[in-house]
Amino acid sequence: MRGTAYVFGDEVNTDVITPSDYFGQPIEVMAEHIFEPERPGFAEEIEDGDFVVAGEHFGSGSSRESAPMAIQAAGIGCVIAESFSRIFYRNSIVIGLPALTVEGATDHISEGDVLTVDFDSATIENETTGETLDFEPLPREVQQIFDAGGIIEHYRQHPEGLRIDD
Amino acid sequence: MASTIAEKILARAAGEDPATVSPGDHLICDIDMAMSHDLGTDGVMEHLEEMGVEELWDPSRIVCPMDHVAPSHTVEDANQKSRIRRFVEEHGIENFYDVGTGICHEVMVEKGHVRPGELVVGTDSHTTSYGAFGAAGTGIGFTDMAYVYATGQNWFRVPETIRFDVSGTFGKRVSSKDLLLQIAGEFGTDVARYRAVEYAGEAIEDLALDDRFTLSNMTIELGGKFGFTPVDEAVTEFVDERTDEPYEPQRADDDAEYEAVYELDADELRPKVAKPHRVENVVDVDEVVDVELDQVFIGSCTNGKFEDLKAAADVIEGNEVARGTRFIVTPASREIYAKAEREGLIRTFTDAGATITNSTCGACIGMGMGVIGDDEVCLAAQNRNFQGRMGADSSEIYLSSPETAAASAITGRITDPTEV
Ligand code: SF4
Repeated sequence: MRGTAYVFGDEVNTDVITPSDYFGQPIEVMAEHIFEPERPGFAEEIEDGDFVVAGEHFGSGSSRESAPMAIQAAGIGCVIAESFSRIFYRNSIVIGLPALTVEGATDHISEGDVLTVDFDSATIENETTGETLDFEPLPREVQQIFDAGGIIEHYRQHPEGLRIDD
Repeated sequence: MASTIAEKILARAAGEDPATVSPGDHLICDIDMAMSHDLGTDGVMEHLEEMGVEELWDPSRIVCPMDHVAPSHTVEDANQKSRIRRFVEEHGIENFYDVGTGICHEVMVEKGHVRPGELVVGTDSHTTSYGAFGAAGTGIGFTDMAYVYATGQNWFRVPETIRFDVSGTFGKRVSSKDLLLQIAGEFGTDVARYRAVEYAGEAIEDLALDDRFTLSNMTIELGGKFGFTPVDEAVTEFVDERTDEPYEPQRADDDAEYEAVYELDADELRPKVAKPHRVENVVDVDEVVDVELDQVFIGSCTNGKFEDLKAAADVIEGNEVARGTRFIVTPASREIYAKAEREGLIRTFTDAGATITNSTCGACIGMGMGVIGDDEVCLAAQNRNFQGRMGADSSEIYLSSPETAAASAITGRITDPTEV
C-alpha cells in the first residue's frame, strides 16, 4: 500500500472526523466532509490510498462507527497514529480499515511524505526520509476478523462464532 | 494471581479462571446484556440484514431505548423510529423503551438491566456508566453490536487497571463532577486510555449512587474502557428493587496489581470548569467568571439525574434566570422527572424561569431541545465540549457541575456556586 501522508495533531475526535451537520446522511456524503472543522476541503485534496497520520488518541469521542467508515469511504488506505481511542480502534477492525499504532508517528512522518505500508513485515517505509518504522501487528484473536474482511464477512464464513485455535 | 474487577468480570464472561487472565490477553466473552439506542438500533438492523441474520441470539438480553432524537423532529426520523418499532416487534424484544422513557444509560439501570459482576455492551461510548453498579459496561460500534445480537459474543482485550484513591469529604456545592474534571485536567484525557478504572476511598464511598454514576459515565472522557465504583449495600438494594435476576458482584483482590494508583483529596477540591473545546482544558471556576453565557444547560446521562437536579435546584431556589440567558433543564428519565415533580424541584426551576424539556439526549448532542447558534456560548452540565457538539461550529461549550451551571444561570456569567 503506497500513498501520501496527511498529518494531524493529537486528540482528533469523532466530531472533527465526521461533523454532526452530516449525521444521518449516507456514508458517501459524510466522506465528502471528513475533517471539515479542522481542514475544509480535505476530501477533495486526497487521492485513493493516501494515509491519515496523527498523534495521540485518534478518534476519541463518540462510538460512532461512521468515523472509520467515512475515512474508508473517502479512499484513505489506512490510519497511522501514535495511539487510538479504544472505540475507534475497535470499529476500524470491525470494518477492515487498517489502524496502525506507530510510536512517534508524527515525529517521523511529515505532511506530504510518501509512505509504503507492508503488512507482512509490519513496517512502514517513509520514502521521503528513507526511514523504516515498525507498527504493532494485530493480536491473533482479532486477526481472524481482519483476514475475513471485517466482522460481517467473518460471520458469513463462520456463523458459529469466533474461534481461537492454539 | 490476584485480580482486579475488570479481570474477574472478563474472565468469568469467557469461562476462564481469573487467576490465569492478565492484562493484554484477548478473550472471547459471552455478553450478559446488550443495549442499542435509536440511532444505534437503526445501524444494527442494517448490519443484521447484511449478515443475513433472521433470529437473534437472545431477545430477553437485548434492550432498545429511544432517546437520542426524541420526540422526532423530522419525517425521516419518525420513519426511522417506525422501522425500529417493527424490528423489536418482529424479534420479540420486550425491553423496548419508547420516546420519553429516558436517556439510554439511565433507563438501563432504572429498569434493572445492569447488575453487578456482569458484562454489558452498548452502542454508545457512555456505556461505562454501568461501572457505578459494578458491571463492566463499555461501548461498541453498530457492526460489532450486530455481531453480538447475532451470536451473543465478542472479543475483548483484558485492560490494565488504574485506581484513583480519593480521601476526605466533598465541600458544599463541590461534587463528583468537579472531581472528574479535576482528574481530566490534572492527569489528562488519556490517563485511562484502554484501561479499566477503579475509583476508591472514603470520599467515593460516601457519594450517592447518582454521583458515582457521573464518575463511571465520564470515565470514557479519560479514555477508559470501564469505570468502577465500589459495590456496596446502596448498589445491591437499588438493583434488587428492580430485578429478580441473580448476579454475583466482583470485588478486586487486596493484592491485585494496578498499573498506577493516583491519590486525590476531596477536601481540596474547588468547583471546576472545562473550557472549549476539550474536556482536559480545566481551570478553577474563578479563572472564567467573566464569561458571558447565551445558554445554560443541565441534563444528559451525566448530569440529568435526580441528585444533579436537586443540587441545582438548591442553588437556584428563589432566584431568577438572567435576562439574555436561556436556562434549559433536561431530566435524564421520566422516573426522575416524576420524582423531581413530587419533590418540588420542577416548580423551583420553572419559577426561576428555566425551560424543562422531556427526557432526551437533545441538547447534549446538538439534535434538539437546546441547539446553540453561531458564536453562542453555553455552559453545560454534561460530558463533552467538543467543537460543534451542541450546534454551530463557531459556538463554544464550557463544562461544569450542575451547581455551577445553576449559579451561572442566575447571573448570566460563569459563577462560583459556593458564593451564591
Ligand atoms: S445524553 Fe449525551 S452523552 Fe449521554 S447518551 Fe445521550 S448523547 Fe450520549
